[in-house]
Formats: sequence, structure tokens, C-alpha cells
Amino acid sequence: MRHTLLNIFYLGVKELRSLRRDTMMLVLIVFAFSGQVYLTATGVPESLHKAPIAIVDEDRSPLSERIVNAFFLPHFLAPDVIEPYASDAGMDAGRYTFVLDIPPNFQRNVLAGRKPTIQLNVDATRMSQAFIGNSYIQTIVNGEASAFVQGHRAVASLPVELETRVLFNPNLSSVWFGSVMEVLNSITMLSIVLTGAALIREREHGTIEHLLVMPLTPFEIMLAKVWSMALVVVIVAMASMVFIVQGLLDVPIQGSMSLFIAGMLLHLFATTSMGIFLGTVARSMPQMGLLMLIILLPLQMLSGGLTPRESMPALAQNLMLAAPTTHFVALAQAILYRGAGLGVVWPQFLALLGIGSVFFALALARFRSTISSMA
Amino acid sequence: MSSDDTPVIRIQAVSLRYGNTLALADLSLDIPSGQRVGLIGPDGVGKSSLMALITGARVMQQGRIEVLGGDITDVSHRHAVCPRIAYMPQGLGKNLYNTLSVFENVDFFGRLFGQPEAERQQRIAELLASTGLEPFRDRPAGKLSGGMKQKLGLCCALIHDPDLLVLDEPTTGVDPLSRAQFWDLIDHLRERRAGMSVLVSTAYMDEAERFDWLVAMDDGKILATGTPSELRERSQTETLEAAFISLLPEEKRRDHKALVIPPRSSTGTAEIAIEAENLTMRFGDFTAVDKVSLRIERGEIFGFLGSNGCGKSTTMKMLTGLLPPTAGTAKLFGQIVDAGNLATRQRVGYMSQAFSLYAELTVRQNLELHAKLFHLPEAGIAVRVTEVAERFQLSAVMDALPDALPLGIRQRLSLAVAVIHQPDLLILDEPTSGVDPIARDRFWELLAELARRDQVTIFISTHFMNEAERCDRISLMHAGKVLASDVPAALVKQSGEATLEAAFIAYLKKASGADSVIPAGTPESSHTDVNQPTADSPQSSTHANDKLPSMALDSCGTSVSRTPTGGEAVQIGNPADLSGIPCRNDEHTSNSTVLGLPPHTPRFSLLRLFSYTRREALELRRDPLRGLIALFGTLLLMFTFGYGISMDVENLHFAVLDRDQTSLSNNYALDLGGSRYFIAQPPINDYEELDRRMRSGELSLALEIPPNFARDLERGNPVKIGAWIDGAMPTRAENVLGYVQAMHQGWLLENARQRATSRIPGGLMSIETRFRYNPDVKSLPAIVPAVIPMLLMLIPAMLSALSVVREKELGSILNLYVTPVSKLEFLVGKQLPYIAIGMVNFFLMSALAVFVFGVPHKGNYLFLTLAAVLYVTNATGIGLLISTLTRSQIAAIFATFLVTFIPSIRFSGMLDPVASLEGGARLIGESFPATHFLTICRGTFSKALGFAELQSSLLPLALAIPVIVGLSVLLLKKQEQ
Repeated sequence: MRHTLLNIFYLGVKELRSLRRDTMMLVLIVFAFSGQVYLTATGVPESLHKAPIAIVDEDRSPLSERIVNAFFLPHFLAPDVIEPYASDAGMDAGRYTFVLDIPPNFQRNVLAGRKPTIQLNVDATRMSQAFIGNSYIQTIVNGEASAFVQGHRAVASLPVELETRVLFNPNLSSVWFGSVMEVLNSITMLSIVLTGAALIREREHGTIEHLLVMPLTPFEIMLAKVWSMALVVVIVAMASMVFIVQGLLDVPIQGSMSLFIAGMLLHLFATTSMGIFLGTVARSMPQMGLLMLIILLPLQMLSGGLTPRESMPALAQNLMLAAPTTHFVALAQAILYRGAGLGVVWPQFLALLGIGSVFFALALARFRSTISSMA
Repeated sequence: MSSDDTPVIRIQAVSLRYGNTLALADLSLDIPSGQRVGLIGPDGVGKSSLMALITGARVMQQGRIEVLGGDITDVSHRHAVCPRIAYMPQGLGKNLYNTLSVFENVDFFGRLFGQPEAERQQRIAELLASTGLEPFRDRPAGKLSGGMKQKLGLCCALIHDPDLLVLDEPTTGVDPLSRAQFWDLIDHLRERRAGMSVLVSTAYMDEAERFDWLVAMDDGKILATGTPSELRERSQTETLEAAFISLLPEEKRRDHKALVIPPRSSTGTAEIAIEAENLTMRFGDFTAVDKVSLRIERGEIFGFLGSNGCGKSTTMKMLTGLLPPTAGTAKLFGQIVDAGNLATRQRVGYMSQAFSLYAELTVRQNLELHAKLFHLPEAGIAVRVTEVAERFQLSAVMDALPDALPLGIRQRLSLAVAVIHQPDLLILDEPTSGVDPIARDRFWELLAELARRDQVTIFISTHFMNEAERCDRISLMHAGKVLASDVPAALVKQSGEATLEAAFIAYLKKASGADSVIPAGTPESSHTDVNQPTADSPQSSTHANDKLPSMALDSCGTSVSRTPTGGEAVQIGNPADLSGIPCRNDEHTSNSTVLGLPPHTPRFSLLRLFSYTRREALELRRDPLRGLIALFGTLLLMFTFGYGISMDVENLHFAVLDRDQTSLSNNYALDLGGSRYFIAQPPINDYEELDRRMRSGELSLALEIPPNFARDLERGNPVKIGAWIDGAMPTRAENVLGYVQAMHQGWLLENARQRATSRIPGGLMSIETRFRYNPDVKSLPAIVPAVIPMLLMLIPAMLSALSVVREKELGSILNLYVTPVSKLEFLVGKQLPYIAIGMVNFFLMSALAVFVFGVPHKGNYLFLTLAAVLYVTNATGIGLLISTLTRSQIAAIFATFLVTFIPSIRFSGMLDPVASLEGGARLIGESFPATHFLTICRGTFSKALGFAELQSSLLPLALAIPVIVGLSVLLLKKQEQ
């Protein structure tokens, strides 16, 4: 038992030393947890941010002017006032997501209560802005119109006010969201790449053969890779959370960091096992690269860190329940943004433990059965 | 042989440093042309470095080397003479491609040197026949034994007729018979190409004896030069080996003494350490090891000899438990070898043929790691490491990385690792290959001590006959079978030959019968007049050779070998063969000679470019799984994202804290739940529950309807409905906000209309929204054309990202350094197959989009295809650029993820338009090819656009190609740094 633990320790130290030699890799790791997090957090806006809009003003009245001036940053770029013929070309080239067409005699018709129609063209291939932008524009135009009309005649209204309170991220800052989600993405990516590729590397360089003639078990070899690579990831991830997310980007963290680390460890248990499993499946590094790509893409994109989980098709939602990222993203959001405690996130912890154990067992079984053919 | 007066190589004051170590110290030397020159010296004295500098494979730091009449650092001269130099680097098949077959490897080099098909075929046939590789022409190089790889490496180096042949320890690990064949081949080549200079480094002194001129080196300096007899005379010694030792400085030879192995004392009742019975190993139909039975006693030194690829290493691997035998049993210390038996492993030390220690750990770290893993007592580790380091003379290199060390010293390190835990049994697979004579003697001293004093059993394979003679017993193996096992002297006696080497060769010949593997023939084919320069083109030589049966070489190949003690030549061969087939005569040889007129090497050659394309494509074909993953992976991901990513935010969970509980308040909640955006959850009872359920993420929205809501409304008192929105995910929150506000308005209007009769119902105007390009606002038509650019960036980039760095990591990048292929040819040649795969992916995805997802393609498909070609060229180019920048495959994979993943998903307009991005992300988005291809893809798919509207997006894609390729060419090095 003591020997086993020592072996796991020594082999893990070996992994760390190997990693330290690869300067390029270290630079990339640091970038993934700093530059990349910063870029994504600050670069990708709230869903309706600087939406490009153009207005065809055929009315040229005070009201239409009022509407033109009602669109401003951060939600909209200052609108281009264009001629009717330029509308299609602008949308075709993707210059505008929205083109609002104010018809002639608009103000007159509004005041006369003739209920004129404004046409709003939306580039519906830009789904992320299309819906939300549509409702914003409707609200803005309606608001401007009723404010304008207010002075001229009475408008019906009910005395019910909807008081909205946004919890956990009152300004809906995308930096808060983007930064943390990017750290999570990097955690998953790095842990899978490190363990999986390290195994293939041992195989391609023949070093695995050497381990196999020594009094070591596959279990020890595997666990050594798991702990050492997980350690690397935990350290850089925490540094990123403290210095980049909380420090540079000034994102407040609601919940307990140690609870988050515990969740991360469980997640890493699952992802590093997955990495090793992939390493036993792939026979060469080029295969490994592709395999990881194909596994990582859905893990990242359907985890709920990019688009809301509940909006995905039921099949995708259910399949993704088997992915560790789904639970990791859920628990990270709960702990870091909503300040949830173990009482809330225990189902995710349990799920990760289960998924991790399954992958570890799978990887170990495959590692055992394929290891002799690796030499 | 004519030897020019001008030296072929002129070395002037050359120094070379690796970090702090001086590998070459102000070395000057003229190497005469037209001769076989041997470079001898202990391991790590700078022989390999010197050779790498001479061939231009390594960057010159200080000094000047003139090769074939020009400065090798001069790029144009180097380019001009490159085809006239052949270089075979050290290491077992380092510059070979493991997945390619024997034939394909040689063929690749032939193509690189621009040889036409017929000439190439003829040359390959000749080379394979004379090296005995012909029967293995279709076997992947990676499946060859070490010695066979070495032979293949030589074939690759010799595919073109060089004027200067540089061979770095070419016969390391090659069996005696093959070594003889090898030197015959060189002799033959020299005949054919008169005036060819050969520079060889070797650890075999009997080989050095055959050279015309020797250079003895030590410590980066020249000790002596001269013919073998001159060296012997100068040092007044009998053999070259002794001469060499006496040339060394005092402190190096001080410890050296003639090695005497004491005879084994106890025999008979000894314990059996290794017992193998009918051990058999089959790989498919190929039987590598055929019913081998062995019994080795404890304390015995048992030698294992045999031709290359005869199954020695496989047998050893079965004994260590690395390979489970197909049939038969192997027992160590009476216990059946079992992969799970750790106790036995603790007692065994194993050294594999190829270096298999950690290149990323220093010598010391490697030693310590193994000491720890074998659980030597903590306190004793440092002592033991020092002890072993001293024993194997590693003390000076303790903090060096193994890759920086010469082969001989790496071998010593492997040995040191194998014995560090003082095992009871050592299984050593060619442990002394490439190790210099002095170090070999030291090593044998140690073996003797272990065997005799500590009763360690030693099972060792070797190609050195003087080592075989030191064994207590030896086995001769051939083609998977043990031919004979006995005391060395007895074997010699039985065979009736004079020496063990002769006996060994006799056994092999007998076993293989009239096997064509062994070339027959006697020497005497010295045609001194073949060196008439002729200006015949290679084509005419091809024709000439075509007329000649390719077995010409076989029939007149020379087989001379010398005994380890040097001196007497043993001629082997079958005179009968000689009488039958005429030797190659002057006519043929002179026809095939193009001396003095090296073929013009163009700066850019499509032939060379395509040879890399072919090689890359072959490698892909050998690895069909990779192609399959690329294609099926694309399909899988397309399905996943086509159906999985939903851009419309819907099915949001909400619950109500209804503190009014009237029909009106109920109606408000119902209104919300009735929409497709919201799904009602069980109502909330109190604030605490609200907090808990919001925190868990169960609810995206919680509504609080205040007490007396209906009554206050009736009375016209202002009422506030509270809406708590989970802001953790801003996109979702914004959508919730938008929806809930719109619905609130709707509810108000509806109610106002119902109750207010006098007042004009709200609504000043109507806004008619036209969702264009995707009128149903479905995710699929929006997402599918956006997934294509993403996948078409990620997969081709990942495919190509490993192609260069892999060669760097596995060593075959050397071929770029020493062949005439230019950087551009190398890169573009490699890129082409990946572009092809990328295009297949593109067609697959667009077909899937149209026929399976039913997303119509409305625009100009031809235009889209054109854009896709440019785009895939960009993507594969980015992969190659990453590949040239990185040094390890892991880093390349990770870098590819970083460079392509986020930018193509987040910054290229797939989710958010690039115009809405900020800062660095915006900059990346604007310049990333995926952005422009996405515009084109959406344009042609959804907006029915063509060239006229989208050319502004095509231009950046076209412009990016020269930029990316140019950067890669700039960053790629044509020499080792």
C-alpha cells in the first residue's frame, strides 16, 4: 500500500517534470487561463450589444427624428440613416442586423390615431440578436411614440407596474459570465489534452514499455497521471480565478471558493479519466488530436455555458447529462454567481462523482487490456 | 581509385557549443577526397556533431567548413551540393517514416531527388536486394527490427549517387552478416561512382581496419590521422583497437586493462533463472518466434546472437512479460511470467533496444526516478545513483537531457537504469550497440562482476563477436528458431570454422539454405578504370540498367569480413553463382556514372513538392481511422450542433409567489405559462423558498404578485408586480427580461381592452417585423450554415497541425535539413492532402445541410466551393503554422485548440455579429478567416447571393494564404539549431 502510494507520487512528479520541459506548452497554458479568458470576457458582449441598425426615414418628422435618436450604445450602434434602396444591400452584406422603415406621414397618422405600420426588417440568421433586438426595438419605438403623443392626447394605461429585479448579476454584465465560463472551458480542455496526449507520447516514445517491466501496476501509472495533471489544472485555474477574474476583471464571486475547488476536483477526476480513456483508444497523436476535438466540441458547446440548457432539444439535454461539463457548469454557476452551498449543489457533485468513477473504471479497464499492445 | 588533390572537406577552426559544453574545440582538418575515411573515437567526443555540420544539417556556430569546393554555410552552395551529399544520421531509423513500407520509404527519397519512375524502381530493387530487405519491402518501417531499420536508412541515403557519403555509425545494431553485405554495397557504389568520398563513424574497430584513412577524435579535438597501418605503427600495437586506446590521453586509458572474465565456478545444481519452453509468437501469419526453448542457470551469462529481425527482441519481450506469448511458457525463477507479477519484475532489469527513457528528464532525474520506483531505501538512493553514474561514466552529464547526448552515452544511461536496483536477472537487448570499445569493456567488467560475484543471471543479445565469446553460453537464432546453443568455443569447433564470426555466418547460411537474403559471390571486381566521367543523363543510365538484370549486384557483391581480432579475411560466398552470371562490367558502370556533372537542382520543383504530398497521403492512408474520424466526426458534430444548439431561448422555468390568490392573479401567471417561452413550475410559498430555488438555478424567473393585487387594481391604486430574474447567464436573463416585459404589456392591453370602455385602447401604431432570410426564425437555417465554417476550420487545422511537429518530435525532420527539398515545397507538399480532405468534408457537410437538414442553398454554389477551397487552404495553413512553431505534439494540439476553437465559435460571428464585439476579440474576429467564410456561407445559403455581393469577403481569404504560408516558411528552419 505504501509502495503503491509512493509509486503514484513518484510517477506523478515525473509527469510534472516532463511538462516543465515543454516551455511552449507552459506558455500556452498560461495564455489559455489569462489572455484567452480576458479576450473572451471583454470581447463577447451581452447578447444585444452594439447591434448594427439602420433606419430608413421616409417621414422626416420630429417623431421619426425622435425615434432615430432613441437608439444608442450600448445596445445599439448609432443608427445609419439610409435611403430605401440601400436597405437590401446593407442586410445582404451583413452590415445591419435591423433595418427600421418609418413610412411617409408617420407622425401625422399617429397623431390622428390611424395606427400606422412601421416595418422592421430583421436578419434572422443572427438568431442571438434577432429576437431580443426585436422586443427592444418594439419597446423603444412604442415608448418614444407614446411619450411624443402624451402631450397631444391621453393614452390608456393600467396602473400595474412590472418591477424587475435581476439577481446575482444586476447589470447583466457579460464579463462576469464570460470570464468564468472561459475558465471552465479551459479547465476541461487542458485536463483532457494533458492526460490523453501524455499517454500517447509515452507510447510513441517507447517509454511506456519501460514502465511495464517495472513493478508498477496500470492503476498506479494511471492515477499518477490523474493527480499530477489535475494539480496543474487546479493551480492555473485558481490563479486565473483570483488574478484574472477577480483581480483584473473585477468580477465578484458570491459563493465559497473552496466548495468550487472541490467541485473542480471531481470534474477533473472525470475529465482526466476521459483523457486517458481517449489515449487508449487513439493509436497515434494525430488520431488523438482529432478524437479530442470531436469529444471536446460538444462537451463545451452543449454544456450550458454557451447557450441555455433548457432551450436545447430534450434529446441533447438528456445525452449531455452524461457529460461532466454539464454538471460542472451548473455547479460553477450556482456556487460562483448565486452563492449556493453544498445543500444546493450536492446533486451535481454526486453526478460528477458517478461520471468520474465510470470513466475511471472504463479507462482503467481499457488501459489494462491495451497496455501490453502499447509497448 | 583516383583521389583528387583537393580535399573533399576542409574544416577550418570549427567550434561548436551546446550550452556550456564544448562539443568541438577549434577543430581543423582536411579530408582527402575519393577515399573511405573513418571517424573513430569514444562516445560523445563530437563525431556526430562534426558530421551534422559537414552535411549542413546543423547550424555552424564558429569556423568554416568547405564541402565539395564551397562554403557549406553559403545557402546557394549548400543548395547546389545538397544532391551530391548523402547523409545517414545516427539512431535506429531516425529519419524513416514508421507507417510507410520499406519500399515507400526508399521511394520517397528517390522522388525527393527527382528520379524518374523507371530509374527509381531499378535503384530500389537493387538496394533492397543487396541489403536483404527485398522480402520485407511491404512491411511498415516501424515493424522492422533495429538492425533492419538501419539497413533501410542506408538504402534511403544511397538512393541517389552522392559524391560524398556521410554515415554516422551506420552498422550499429547490424548483424555481422549484414555488416559484410553493407560494406560490399558501399564498395560497389564506389566502383560505380568513382571518386566518391565516404566518411563513416563507427564503433567497430574491425570495420575501421578496412578504411583508407582514419581520423581519431577525442574531446572535440583530433588525436591522430593516418591509414590504419600508420596508426598501428605509430602506437606500436597489434590491433587498431589497442592503437586507439593507446592514442587516448593518459587519464582516459588509465583504468583500462585487458578484460578477463573469470570462469564460472559452480555449475550443475544451480537454480534455473530462465526457462522457456516452446515459446512462440505470431503476428498474424508471421511467426516471429518459433518454439524457442531455453534454460539458463542462475549466474550464467547467456549470449543471444542472430541476424536482424530473427526474433531476439521478441523473445526477450516475452520473457519480461511485455508480450504475452502465442504459445509455450516462459518461467523466471520458476514462476510463470505474468504481467501482473510485480515481485518478479522487481528482480528483473531490462534494457530495450530503442532508447526508452524519459527524454524530458535529466540523466540524474531518470536514475532517481527508477531508483525510487524500485523502492531502494530512501537514504541509499543518492549513494546508489552516484555509484552507478561513476560506474557508467555518467557523472559529467548528470544534468543533461538524454536527447542532447550521443547514442553511446544514452545506451550507458539505459544500462545504468537497468542495473540500478541490483536485479537478480538482467535482460539486455543489444546493450552495447553504438558504445565505444573502452566503455564496452568497462560494461563487461561490470557484467562479469555481477555474474560471478553476485550470481546475477545475464541474458544479453549482441552483434559483437568478441562479446559473444565472453559469454558462458550462446544461442544462435535465425528466422524465429534457435539454431544452436552451446559454449562459444564448442560452436566454433562444431562448425569447423576458425572464428566465432565465421561459424555464426556459416550457421546462418546453412539455415537459410539458398536463401536470396544472403548475397553470394567473391571479391575481385575492382575496376579502376570506371571513373571516366561521362555526361550521360540519368535517363540513359536507366536504359542501360534496364537491360541488365537487377541481380547483377548480388552476383558480384563482395563479402569480406574480418575477425574481431583483425587481420585475416574470411571470404564467404558461393563460387557457383559467380560462374553463372557475369559481373557488372565497365560498360554498365560507366553508363550509370554521372560524375562531375551533378544534375541541375532547380530552386523549386513540383516533383519534390508532390513527393511530400504523396508521403503525407500515404501516411493518411495507412491510418484510415484518422480519415474516418475526420469524416464521421464532421457528420457527428454537424448533427450535434444542427440539432443541439438552439438559439431561441425558450422553455424557461418560472414560478409564482402568488400572495393574492385571486382569479386575476391566477390569470396573470397563466398568461405567462401559456407562452412557448415559459414553463410553469410549482408555485413558491415564501421568500425563503424563492431564494433557495433561484439559487439552485431551477428557476430563471420568479414572479411575486402582491397581496390585494386584484382589489388594488380594481380601485385604480398603483400596483407593483415583482419579477426576479436569474442574471447568472446574461443572455438568458436578457431574453427573460424582454419576454416578461412584452407579456406584461400584452396582459395590460388585453385587460385594458376588457375593462375600459370609455378610454381608447392602447396602441398608437403597429410594428410589423419581417424576419428575413429565415422567415420562420428557426435555429436550423441560422445555425447550419454557421456550423460549416466552424467545423471546416477546426478539423482541417487539427489534421495538419501535427504534420510538421510530428516529424520534429520523431526525428524525420532531418530529411528536410539534408535533402534538396525547399521549405516551401515541404510545407505546400504536406498541405495538399489535407486540403483535399477538407474539401471532401465541405462537400459532405453542404450535402448534409441541404438533403438532411433541409436548409436550402439559395445562392451560387460554385462560388461557395471556390471560397471553401480558399478557406480550407487557410485552415490547413494555420495548422501548419502552429506545427512549425511548436516543438512537441502536445503543445501543437493544445495550440490548435486555442487558436481555432474560441475564435471560430465566439469571434467569427457565429453567435454574435463581429460588429458587436469589443477590443481584442473584435480585432481577431475581423482578421480570422472564419469570419469571412461565415459571411459567404450565410450569404449563399440563406441570402441567395453570389460573387458580385460577396467578393469583398473572398478577398481576405485569398490574401491570407500567402501571409500564412509565408509566415510558416519564414519560421521553419532548414537546419538544426
